[in-house]
Amino acid sequence: MSRQYETVIGLEVHVELATQTKIFCGCSTKFGGAPNTHTCPVCTGMPGSLPVLNKQVVEYAMAVGLATNCTITKNCKFDRKNYFYPDNPQNYQISQLYYPICRNGGIEIDVNGNKKVIGIHEIHMEEDAGKLIHDEWEDCSLVDFNRSGVPLIEIVSEPDMRSADEVIAYLDKLRLIIQYLGASDCKLQEGSMRADVNLSVREVGAQEFGTRTEMKNLNSFKAIARAIEGERRRQIELIEEGKKVIQETRRWDDNKEYSYAMRSKEDAQDYRYFPEPDLVPIIISDEWIERVRKAQPELRDEKRLRYKEEFDIPEYDADILTSSKHMADLFEETVAICKKPKEVSNWLMVEAMRLLKETEKEPEDMDFAPENLAKLIELVGDSKINRTVAKEVFELIFKEDIDPEEYVKEKGLMMVNDDGQLRSVIEAVIEANPQSVSDYKNGKEKALGFLVGQTMKEMKGKANPGKINEILRELL
Amino acid sequence: MAHIIDDETIEYVGILAKLELSGEEKEQAKKDMENMLNYIDMLNELDTDGVEPMINIFPVNNVFREDVVTNGDDRDDMLANAPAKKDGQYMVPKTVE
Repeated sequence: MSRQYETVIGLEVHVELATQTKIFCGCSTKFGGAPNTHTCPVCTGMPGSLPVLNKQVVEYAMAVGLATNCTITKNCKFDRKNYFYPDNPQNYQISQLYYPICRNGGIEIDVNGNKKVIGIHEIHMEEDAGKLIHDEWEDCSLVDFNRSGVPLIEIVSEPDMRSADEVIAYLDKLRLIIQYLGASDCKLQEGSMRADVNLSVREVGAQEFGTRTEMKNLNSFKAIARAIEGERRRQIELIEEGKKVIQETRRWDDNKEYSYAMRSKEDAQDYRYFPEPDLVPIIISDEWIERVRKAQPELRDEKRLRYKEEFDIPEYDADILTSSKHMADLFEETVAICKKPKEVSNWLMVEAMRLLKETEKEPEDMDFAPENLAKLIELVGDSKINRTVAKEVFELIFKEDIDPEEYVKEKGLMMVNDDGQLRSVIEAVIEANPQSVSDYKNGKEKALGFLVGQTMKEMKGKANPGKINEILRELL
Repeated sequence: MAHIIDDETIEYVGILAKLELSGEEKEQAKKDMENMLNYIDMLNELDTDGVEPMINIFPVNNVFREDVVTNGDDRDDMLANAPAKKDGQYMVPKTVE
């Protein structure tokens, strides 16, 4: 095999918007309600019902478009996409084909220091479908329309990506922008962010694109990376065997690490789009765009820069702290109370990250009060507890959101700063360990550590190790 | 220029619309569609250069709802029209992906 191939990838990313209500009716979008308890004649497609557009959907879509350098389509409208499937009660989906709300944008990604702009072809607004559950007992399927009509934006990239790493970098960047805007929580596992991968291969240097396939059902970054590798291999094998890649939609099975064709010929993909007659056009004025632009919060890249400058935090740390909106909020709220950015950063970067890994949680799941972390930092700063005790207390804050002041008082963990008491304990330790004392005097520094440990044990961990060291050296 | 709708096309349109047509109905549908396309051809004779496509016939735009929940749980009313149901859900023929 002497031929070299290049992978060409474009993404269609669906994001569920964080609105209170559905896109065309006043039903709640809350996740996890009993089946069909958030439905009405509009979102179940009853004849004669009429959709009315949720204004917040337009504003979120505009905000995402502005943050991804798109042009806003000032004369915007909806179209009808016709297809039959039981999760789609109207037999059409209201979407945008001809005048999507945002066009011609792009975001910069960074893969190991290589910067590159990934173009965004368009962003359009549409409604989500219901959920189908396959009944195990009877030969039928059951439909829950709670998700039917939940607002989505679909972000269509240009075919600008060439590797799984670039795809992950693009998705991560997009996710952070949207989370910071508050437009969605973007959780891949829960389906509030979904990515379809369009992929083709071509010989390096070729001008024309190869035939592409579309892959669905990718619900983690890892699954996306594996699916890209698998599909690239499958297409190259076909070409090497002299066969043709067929343009089709494939479903990725992450357990079997294999994709298979989803739609058969009988369900031709001929959607017969036409302008949605039940909704009026949306005219977006310059003033409206400006209002949305002004309301835009500080985004990740700006925040990262500010942390470096304002708090003098290393780039790597600023990267981690801002890698989740929730973590960044927690950091800033704690700093606002205790005014010790470096300390707060250390606790989050080291202990919090360790505990997140241990408990297999996401930064979004940290739910302790910034006040409690601030109090802990004060306790350490005032030498009221030592580092070892502080680590234990932090773990309890992380897990149970305890008040560290009360806890330390209750458990009697305050450091003993009474030199007299400490001195007498150290004297007793020296008395009891003559071997270590002579080792130390013969130049074995390690022996000192042992004596410090013994003293700490006697003091039940409540002594200041610096102080012990000082007194020990003095007495020896 | 008269349009001819062939058997293949009418078959395909039938599949898309989920319609089962008898032989007689197919012939009638072919004629109807041919007439419609011929009428569109007539419209195509008009010079529409520089004319903005009309996207809505009403002189109204920007009709919005505020993002406030107004609907409660009407599940039983909604399901009252379902031909088949089970456990608060609509029962449909098995779908295979």
